[in-house]
Amino acid sequence: MSTNVGIVIVSHSPKVAEGAADMVRQMVGAEVPVAWTGGNPDGGLGTSVPAIIAAIDQAWSEAGVAVLVDLGGAETNSEMAVEMLDAARQPKVVICNAPIVEGAVIAAAEAASGAALDLVKKTAEELSPQ
Amino acid sequence: MNEPIGTEATGSTILTHAAGLHARPVLKLTMLAKTFAAKIEIAANPEGPWIDAKSVVKVMAMKAPKGATLHFRAGGEKAEEAVAAIIALIDRDFDEDAEGEKAANG
Repeated sequence: MSTNVGIVIVSHSPKVAEGAADMVRQMVGAEVPVAWTGGNPDGGLGTSVPAIIAAIDQAWSEAGVAVLVDLGGAETNSEMAVEMLDAARQPKVVICNAPIVEGAVIAAAEAASGAALDLVKKTAEELSPQ
Repeated sequence: MNEPIGTEATGSTILTHAAGLHARPVLKLTMLAKTFAAKIEIAANPEGPWIDAKSVVKVMAMKAPKGATLHFRAGGEKAEEAVAAIIALIDRDFDEDAEGEKAANG
């Protein structure tokens, strides 16, 4: 299990989510666990709470997991997914207020340095207008 | 970010990378900088403004073009090694050839 913070990408579109994860792997490397999820169970655009929980499990690190989301439901479903985790794991998952693609890459670059979850989130959020 | 940082090492080199300091080179530079405990700053001018070389967002915002001279200063643990390592990365053209192979195979 990685000691670096993991990254989860939650988009309405599986193509966006997978593409953002590809960018993380190619630009940052494999030392950061990355998982993605996108689309609803019927194959349309959307997000699914169980799929988000599975992605968090996949990218899990004891250092925590930073979640990058796109619009509306991706955020609320991610919040719901976090609430459904064991109480002990909940504080180790944060949703970043950052653009999904750039935020994922930059959060992962920070995570690759071994940075703590708070710093990973803060670095991703430097991208958002202040 | 322009207050003195207790500079113990400085260096500069010319950015030869064709695309300038775009996303991938910036990631490599900042990730390398983050492996050092020293405070490291980068500037396009020796007079500054000096930018935290560990910040992807700030270094990317420099938009340094090909041919720009990049200046570095560092203070703290292994400051000299840090500056030397970063300059070596730039002078190796960010190992982009190896990266291209990896991308093609991966």
